[in-house]
Amino acid sequence: MFAYLIRKLLLAIPLVLGVITLIFVLVELSPGDATDRFFTPETPPEVRQLIEQKWGLDQPASTRYLITMKNLMTGDFGRSIFQERPVFDIIAEALPNTIILSFATILIIQFVGVTLGSIQAVRQYSLTDNTISVTSLIFYSMPSFWLALMLQLLFALKWPVLPSSGMTDAVMYDYMTTWEKAVDHLKHLILPAGALGLASAAGIARYMRSSLLEVIRQDFVRTARAKGLSERTVVVKHAMRNALLPIITIIGLQLPFLFSGSVLVESIFAWPGMGRLIVQAIFTQDTPVIIACFFVFTLLVVIGNLIADILYSVVDPRIRYG
Amino acid sequence: MATKRLGLALPGLGHILNRDLANGIGLLAYVLVLIWAAVAGFPRAGDLLFPEAIDGGTRIHPWVAAISWVGAVALTWHTAYRYAFPKALSDHDASSRWRDFKKQFAKNRVGVGGMHLVYVLILFAVLTPFIAPFDPNAIDVGDHRLAPQWGYLMGTDEFGRDLFSRVLYGARISLSIGFIAVSLSVTIGTLVGAVAGYFGGAADKALMWFVDLLLSLPRLVLLLAIVGFFRASGAQSIFLIVVILGLTGWMGVSRIVRSQVLSIREQDYIQAARALGVPTWRLIVRHIVPNAMAPVIVNASLAIGSTILVEAGLSFLGLGVPPPTATWGAIVNDGREYMRSAPWITIFPGLMIVAAVLGFNLFGDGLRDAMDPKLRGRS
Repeated sequence: MFAYLIRKLLLAIPLVLGVITLIFVLVELSPGDATDRFFTPETPPEVRQLIEQKWGLDQPASTRYLITMKNLMTGDFGRSIFQERPVFDIIAEALPNTIILSFATILIIQFVGVTLGSIQAVRQYSLTDNTISVTSLIFYSMPSFWLALMLQLLFALKWPVLPSSGMTDAVMYDYMTTWEKAVDHLKHLILPAGALGLASAAGIARYMRSSLLEVIRQDFVRTARAKGLSERTVVVKHAMRNALLPIITIIGLQLPFLFSGSVLVESIFAWPGMGRLIVQAIFTQDTPVIIACFFVFTLLVVIGNLIADILYSVVDPRIRYG
Repeated sequence: MATKRLGLALPGLGHILNRDLANGIGLLAYVLVLIWAAVAGFPRAGDLLFPEAIDGGTRIHPWVAAISWVGAVALTWHTAYRYAFPKALSDHDASSRWRDFKKQFAKNRVGVGGMHLVYVLILFAVLTPFIAPFDPNAIDVGDHRLAPQWGYLMGTDEFGRDLFSRVLYGARISLSIGFIAVSLSVTIGTLVGAVAGYFGGAADKALMWFVDLLLSLPRLVLLLAIVGFFRASGAQSIFLIVVILGLTGWMGVSRIVRSQVLSIREQDYIQAARALGVPTWRLIVRHIVPNAMAPVIVNASLAIGSTILVEAGLSFLGLGVPPPTATWGAIVNDGREYMRSAPWITIFPGLMIVAAVLGFNLFGDGLRDAMDPKLRGRS
């Protein structure tokens, strides 16, 4: 198991390097950079040269590429040209927020998706099954940013039960007790996580339904029923454990999709995470931040796949990685 | 049956009376759209078809719309006619596989419904010059942010532009971007997949490594990066968006084609063709690729849906087709500021996105079920 994980990690290194190279080439091809905002047409050439020297932009592209790579390898992300502080600090602020949001989203996806899918499978072809099918297909076809706006419209503007944006209450947060702070965080989390998760949950429900239907037809389920176990035990303990196997790998593979959505949803809910950061970095052409963001995104995807592998072997003891 | 012939008077009626609701409602919807286009377009036909009368422009769209209208009328009534007087089947007229597939698909009412939804949207998009009551970019500040009402079916936005007209013109943009970008990515993906699958070895390893690389990036983030860089050089156009969407969407197709080619390559008829001395490129193009296309077509239908979603996301961030061109995502973004006072600006284009993506998803699911023999006889 351990050796397998190490090998997978080693295989991921050229992948990450490839991504960085690709992004570096893209950045190079685009005209201008973040230092443009320091200049006016009257800026004397000496000053321009000094500034470019300061950010290392006077070097040829190949040298800068090697320097960037070397710095990334040693964990040095450089300095943001736009925010003028270490990129590492910026990422360190944004990354936990994105991880919190992603974690909450995955919880919603799993809980809602597995529950709905199981209900559908147990009551196949019933009115409940069809209603859930149609509803989840509609959610599956919904753009996350529009769902986000609709949730905002309904639950923050029309019936103001939840906060419309941000991570914490702007005014009262500092005066809250620890418990109230936690509740406040949770309240701010519900809408963005819902907007990000509901579409994927609909997808998971479809997988779960067909997966559970396949398992329920198998002999060991019939045996369990023949033993006289209650239907509840049969479904929850015997069938569902087996039906969950394919679902778990899907979750790992959904991470890139989740990050795509977080770019839009974080912007709408003013959630200070990686998605918002990368949009801002791209608009300001802040090269070090862009490269660092892509580095982190790719790493997260690789780690997500690894976690899926590990979970897979935990749920299904038959799987052994050699 | 006599009731089937009622469809000749009103296409769809025959189907509905014979309990074929999915096709019946679909045909009725076409007729409604066609009548709508005729009624709304007729008073303006002169202006539309001879645009010199308005602004001396040389807009070709009304002519396309007029020809499509005639074609759609002919097709709709032809379908009703064929339903009333079915052709006798002969064993020669179509390959049995294709006929079998059509029969399987027709059984799946949800898939058929999705297909009709897609067709209705395409019909709306094509007939937009006749149906849209206003120029999508005509500004009327006096009528800004009107609620939906007779005359302004979806209300107006902050500049008094008619939202219904904008949403209709947005349908043209979104659907054509979806179709063209997916055609592009299917072409690239098939090429890459066929080469990787057929030749194997180092070419396969390198190509699939590149596919893995692109797939490990969140697509929207990658698109943001690319579009952002083109934006910096001032080149942001619908053409660019289509090309970029096409260039970032082919990876799934190439994986599917590769796996298909791997198994087809070993089949006897390929060996036979090779023994006959068919050149490699011809073997790939004529013998292998056509047999690998079935799952690709299913994938393409689903991909159009997801491409529409991604394009809407880009437009929403202001990185899609540049304004003032109306696209669904951009209209949703326009409405964000006025969510409290004029929520309809946000709601309606979003509903259109949902309808379009839903149609393509249902259609694609139906195609997949009809193609996959394992799933037959289930739902």
